[in-house]
Order: sequence, then structure tokens, then C-alpha cells
Amino acid sequence: MKKLSIVLLVLISSQLLAAGGTNIELQSANVNLENKASLQRGAKYFVNYCLSCHSAKQLRYSRMGKDLGISPELVELNLMFTGEKIFDGMTISMRPKDAEKWFGVNPPDLSLIARSRGADWLYTYLKSFYIDESRPFGVDNALFPKVGMPHVLSDLQGLQKAVYKDVELEDGTVKKVIDRLEIAEPGRMNEKEFDKAMNDLVNLWSTWENLQNLSVKDWVGKS
Amino acid sequence: MSRMLKSALGWMDDRFPLSKVWNEHLAEYYAPKNFNWMYYFGSLAILVLVNQIITGIFLTINYKPDAKLAFDSVEYIMRDVEWGWLIRYMHSTGASAFFVVVYLHMFRGLVYGSFKKPRELVWTFGMIIYVALMAEAFMGYLLPWGQMSYWGAQVIVSLFGAIPYVGEDLALWLRGDYVISDATLNRFFAFHVIAIPLVLVILVFMHIVALHAVGSNNPEGIEIKKHKDDKGVPLDGIPFHPYYSVKDLVGVAVFMFIFALIIFYMPEMGGYFLEHANFVPADPLKTPEHIAPVWYFTPFYAILRAVPDKFLGVVAMAGAIFVLFLLPWLDRGVNKSIRYRGPVFKAAIYAFCISFIGLGYFGMQPVTEVGTWFSRIFSLIYFAFFLLMPFYSNIGQDKYVPERVEEK
Repeated sequence: MKKLSIVLLVLISSQLLAAGGTNIELQSANVNLENKASLQRGAKYFVNYCLSCHSAKQLRYSRMGKDLGISPELVELNLMFTGEKIFDGMTISMRPKDAEKWFGVNPPDLSLIARSRGADWLYTYLKSFYIDESRPFGVDNALFPKVGMPHVLSDLQGLQKAVYKDVELEDGTVKKVIDRLEIAEPGRMNEKEFDKAMNDLVNLWSTWENLQNLSVKDWVGKS
Repeated sequence: MSRMLKSALGWMDDRFPLSKVWNEHLAEYYAPKNFNWMYYFGSLAILVLVNQIITGIFLTINYKPDAKLAFDSVEYIMRDVEWGWLIRYMHSTGASAFFVVVYLHMFRGLVYGSFKKPRELVWTFGMIIYVALMAEAFMGYLLPWGQMSYWGAQVIVSLFGAIPYVGEDLALWLRGDYVISDATLNRFFAFHVIAIPLVLVILVFMHIVALHAVGSNNPEGIEIKKHKDDKGVPLDGIPFHPYYSVKDLVGVAVFMFIFALIIFYMPEMGGYFLEHANFVPADPLKTPEHIAPVWYFTPFYAILRAVPDKFLGVVAMAGAIFVLFLLPWLDRGVNKSIRYRGPVFKAAIYAFCISFIGLGYFGMQPVTEVGTWFSRIFSLIYFAFFLLMPFYSNIGQDKYVPERVEEK
């Protein structure tokens, strides 16, 4: 019985290793939902950099303000730009048909992005754009090859270039794969600042996922 | 006061058999006194059924069975409906909990021989409940209209298309369209919220009526009705109420602890109860990389994928469920409980459990060569367990089986 389970375990784990083949490792986003300042900075980045192409229609401005400890007046003053009402969902005016023409795909709604992709994936994705002149916007993403999205955060991060290494495949041929990404043109932020900003964004998206925790906390806090 | 109650009860009893039913099924229903913890799962299944019905009613109040609105209406429940997130998680966690308790309930029946004569019909009704439950869960999973809802339904309904001659027409009839669409969502909604729940409740009633006609089995496999006192009360029996109603409350308490922990702290259960891809709205033009059913279907999904031919795969998958119906007639052992069965039967139970769990594991994974071969081996063990049972089930059984429940 014991022997059998060991054999099974070994076989299963070797199979798992064989299955995983991406050359870029996910970095930990270190999600922290307690850090209100980080969440508020995340909201700033979100409305400034994401919300013109990506909606978050399931989420009302009022709810975001409440979760992040921002008063409705401040939300209206600092986070809403195009005449929405505070109880509206965060929608965009770009039409899906136009978006498809311009980017090849309709940018996904981000309300549930932390649930479908996971925080670590998002954090790594945001940091994995690199120069690739063959792509329409001059950049590709190491985690999401042939991505339709341009590097909208390039004024913060700058531009990265890919450093390749040779990997020998099973059949003896040598293949170039991305080893790591390096800053080629610096942006307004240094690497540490940019990491922190991306952490803020991912933190924000994670609050949209962990609704039940926030509600329970509210409830426990009141009693 | 008590006199008033008594006369009210008398008035009632003259018109409706209230006391009679109470006594026959609770206060004077004698169950064996040696039930262990594995006997919790029947009453827990009823608890989960009630949970699903009540939370389901509340969800239906705000859910919109419309391909354009369904996904957003679920998010509306999660974000804007008061306590909506709790109701939704109770329902989604309840679906998995239902299968956990039902699988354990079936396993209990398997090892203690509760399906054997005279309880064949109890098992048969139970199996119909299990099949109805699978249909209920499958149709319910389409309703959130996420990517996995959509493509899971697409894959499963297209399986009917593999049946020769009538297959394509049958799949078309089930979907109401050439692909999963708004029409499919509407009919699945109708089946999920009324047709199948109604069938389930009636079947559960029949399951219990059949059980109470023959009496419960027990871990020793003793028929307590063989030894009765002069009033006709089984000597090894105790009234269900209060003894087992109180005992079951302990099981309910433990269950609720675990249930609450999952609802509040890990409602997705790492993607096993609520799959990550299902938080992306259904997109008929974009097939997800990896389509896997929810965990409770994966053993049968693995059997389907283990067979190289699509139609034969469907036959194997359906056969894997059908063969469970035959269990009472496949087992030729005289002794009921595993405690008095032969070593071959015990080993077979182990092999069956390993293969069932193994199939469940490989059914979740993307297709690999190793995985497929393991699924094939496990499928063979699964079928061998049932189909060879007439030959091995009576080998080396214990000669001595106690007549009465013995104090240890």
C-alpha cells in the first residue's frame, strides 16, 4: 500500500514537471489588502492608465470609494473624469468593434481579472513587456506572447529589452528563449518604484476579488 | 396548556396521520444501535439538499436566465444584493458539498453491504438520485455563463452527437440550437430550478420510504429484525428519535464548521469548486486552453478520455455509471459487512478506491501520454471491480458472523 502510493506520487510529479514548460516564472505579487495607501495609489494608476481601454463595469465608483476609504467627494474630484455618476459602474466609451479593429481584440473587462488570472500572473504580466519591433505597437509580452496590448506604462517603467539564452531541446536542436528582461530606456520610475506601483494595482484588483472578506470584516468590525 | 395541545393533536390525528407518521419514521423507527460516524452522511445529504433549495430560491430572485444578462446578474448578486455573496457561495459550495457527502454515503453503503438483499431498491433509488444530482449539477453549472460553463456544456452535449444515427439530432434537440446559446441557457434554467429538484425531492422521499420498510443496515451487517422482544421491538434497535436525531446533530455541527470555513475563507477552493476560467464571461468564439469539468465529474471524464474512440468513450463513461446500478446483483458474497468479507474483496475495495481517486485526478489534468495510460489502467480496474465481482466476492469470507450486536 505504502509502496504503491510512493510509486504513484513519483509518477505523478514527474508528469507534472514534464507538463510545465513556460520559460518565465511567476513573481509573487505579495497582495496586501490592509494597506489603504497602496490601494488608493492603485486606484489612481487604474483610472489614469487602464480605464480608457479597460472597463470594470461590475464595480461602482461608490463601492471602490467605500472599500478604499475615500470619501464620495474625493472620488468624484480625483477618480472620475467624464461626467459619470458616483453609483455608476466603471465603464468606458470605446466601442468593442473599434477596439477590435485597433488592437485585434476587445480589451477585457477587469472587474474579475484577479479571479480569473490570479494576482501573481497579473503582477508578472505588467512587468513583462519588452521591445519587439515586429509587433504592431513595438512591444511584446514575455508572459503573454503576441499580446494585443501596447505598453501603456512605458512612461513609468521605460522600455525593457529581452536577453536571450540558448536551450537545447530533446531532439538536439538549439532554441533561443528569453532568459531575462533588462531596462533599455529608463522611464520616470526606477525599478523598485515601478514594482511598488504594480503591486498597488494588483492589490486594488485583488480587493475586487475578495469581496466576501471585506464584507465580513465590515460586519465583524461593527458588532 | 398541554391538555389543549393534546386535544389539538387529537383533532389533527382524526384527520391526518400526524402521530402515526411521527412514530413510524422517527419516535418508533428502530435503527441498529451500532451506527458509527459513516452513518452521518445520509442526514447531511438532506441538510445540503435543503440548503441548495433555499439558497437557490434566493438566487433565482435576482438571477437572469438570458445569455446577455446572466454573467452580470451573478456579479450583481455578488456585489449589490444584500448578503448575495453569502447566498451564492452557500449554493456553489453546497454543490460540491453535496457530492462529498453523497460519495461518502455511497462508499458507506459499499463497504457495509447496505445495497444487498433486502435493500436492493434502497440502492436503486439512491443511484437514480445520484444520476439526477449529476444532471442537476451539470445544468446548474451553465447558469453563471462563464467560459467554463459554456465550454463544459458544449463538450458534454456534443458527446451525445457521437451516438450513431440519432446523435446529432439528439444533441440539437438538447441544446435547442446548433451551439450552446441563449435557448440552451433557458431550458437548462427550467430544468435546474424546477424539473430536476422536484424529481430529486420525490426520489429522496422514495429512498427513505424504501429504507424504512426494510430497516437500516449497520457496520456489522446484522439484520436486527431477526431478534425482537415480545412487543416486536428489535433487541439491537434504538428509536431514531431521540437517539439518532441527537447524534446526527453532532455531525451537522462538524459539517457546518467545515462548510462555513470554506464559504468564508476559500469559496473557490483553489479553483476546484469555482474554476478560475469561469470568471471570464462566455465567449463562443474563444475556446479555453484547458476544459475540465468540476471535480465531482472528473473520474467519469477520465474514463471518457481514456478510450481512443469518441463513441466508445461515451459508452464507457455511461457504462461506468450504469454498472453501479447492478451492484446488488453483482455481489454474490453472503456476508454483508466488510468486517466479515474475504481478503480478495477487501483488496478489491482498496484497488477500486485508488482507481476512482486516480481517475478523478487525471480527469482534471490536461491530456498527457502518461496520464492517459494511467487513466486506462484505472478504468480497467474500475470495471474489473464490478464485472469480476460475481467471481471473487464470495472467496474466503469469515465463517462466523455474529447474530447480535456484541458489546466490545
